[in-house]
Amino acid sequence: MVPVVPPAEILRISQASLCFAGDRPLFEALSLSLPGRGWTCLMGRSGCGKSSLLRMVAGLPVEVGRQGHAHIERRNGEGGELSVPIAWMPQRDMLMPWRRAVENVAVGAALRGQRWSDARERAEALLERVGLAGLGARWPDSLSGGQRQRVALARTLFEAGGVVLMDEPFSALDALTRLELQDLAAEVLAEQSVLLVTHDPLEALRLADTLYVFGADARLHAMALPPGDPPRTPGDVAVAGVQAALFERLRGTGGERTDA
Amino acid sequence: MREPERGALIWAPVTILVLLLAWQLLVMLLRPPAYLLPDPLSVFETLIARISLIAPHAWVTLVEMLLGLAVGVSGGVLTALALASSALLRRPLLPLLIASQAVPLFALAPLMMLWFGYGMTPKVLMAALIIYFPVASTCYDGLRQTERGWLDLALIMRASPLRIMLLVRLPAALPSFCSGLRLAAICAPIGAVIGEWAGASAGLGYLMIQANAQMQTALMFAALLVLIVFALLLYAATELVARWLLPWRAVSHR
Repeated sequence: MVPVVPPAEILRISQASLCFAGDRPLFEALSLSLPGRGWTCLMGRSGCGKSSLLRMVAGLPVEVGRQGHAHIERRNGEGGELSVPIAWMPQRDMLMPWRRAVENVAVGAALRGQRWSDARERAEALLERVGLAGLGARWPDSLSGGQRQRVALARTLFEAGGVVLMDEPFSALDALTRLELQDLAAEVLAEQSVLLVTHDPLEALRLADTLYVFGADARLHAMALPPGDPPRTPGDVAVAGVQAALFERLRGTGGERTDA
Repeated sequence: MREPERGALIWAPVTILVLLLAWQLLVMLLRPPAYLLPDPLSVFETLIARISLIAPHAWVTLVEMLLGLAVGVSGGVLTALALASSALLRRPLLPLLIASQAVPLFALAPLMMLWFGYGMTPKVLMAALIIYFPVASTCYDGLRQTERGWLDLALIMRASPLRIMLLVRLPAALPSFCSGLRLAAICAPIGAVIGEWAGASAGLGYLMIQANAQMQTALMFAALLVLIVFALLLYAATELVARWLLPWRAVSHR
């Protein structure tokens, strides 16, 4: 493969605002920039609107009710029309039980009416890449939770063309499987620009190149990260040190308004 | 009415055999007059002795059931598809569909006979009508309640509405369709027989009425037995269809 120099900025979000009916706005005129590659992690307490923001970045509808509003502007790095495809990895694996593992990986090709023979070959290769070689013919219901999430990762890779959005994709896994999947995701998505929403401080500190915390002021605050390249070792002293500080910070920001 | 347990295949015949034995013993002990309650052995004897009388009637009822099933199921599925894909149709039709479930369909049987005569048509329509509503409502529910996460994925993958329907919403509704089909299989014999009771010149329902009038209770039971066998076979056939439509359901869950 010819190495491609990634653009300095691949996705520029501006003027993002979200307000549910009968509530104060969750955020207004929010901006966020995604670099050409690397992991941008987004943390915040439940209800701060980070998952809704991710849906808005993906271009998915957000239910806001009659008086609410959700608005976002998405541009590429040069401020032009967003042209890269977006890959989406939701919280639950969302494998379709009527499609075999390999058919789930290549579901995007089927949904766009692309040729199945090409798609199948790519999908088989991606299954091998996530460590599921030979399991392509299995039904999702016959796979373990970790295996299912690997299939979902392969499906995300199948779609990955620059920007990958992830909504707590490893939260339903047991601790060990989660660490394995984080390592695998960091490896296979190294060339992508990933925006990851997570509840798990350790996950954010292991994977992030840039880490933002949703503050009580409805702004994004960049956080200091432990030294070293992701995926960082969970037992690392530096990681543990920053984790404590991050916990404090998250507690301080509060889901409820805290007046300093 | 989920998947039957494996043990059911072994235990159902045993249970039936025990019940038949109890029936036989009861009749031998209490000796009720044969026109009230014949014993199972004489019902079987009648079935075999009068098979040339029963078979043509059984054939008529079978055809009515199968035609009713075909008309009712396809009508129900088409209605569900129309309701799910068009808000324009949904607004006037959905309240109608829900309200019409309250209509006592059995009461329509004499009307059917009045409009369509003594032939097969009113029976097929009766069976189709009884089948139509459960199939339409279960299929519509299945199409409506597609997992939102699947639709999200399809939207991000830039799928057209037609492909979302064909590749996501329809397959996601297949389990509901199979439940509807099971209900239809149960309703089909009821519809056909009700239609025949309202007025007919052939069919198992007609034979039962005739036998009843002539106090040939054993013959009535024999006709009933054939009807029960048909209903069970029909139900088993829907299980096979469900297995074919939902191959992933056969895998063992962890």
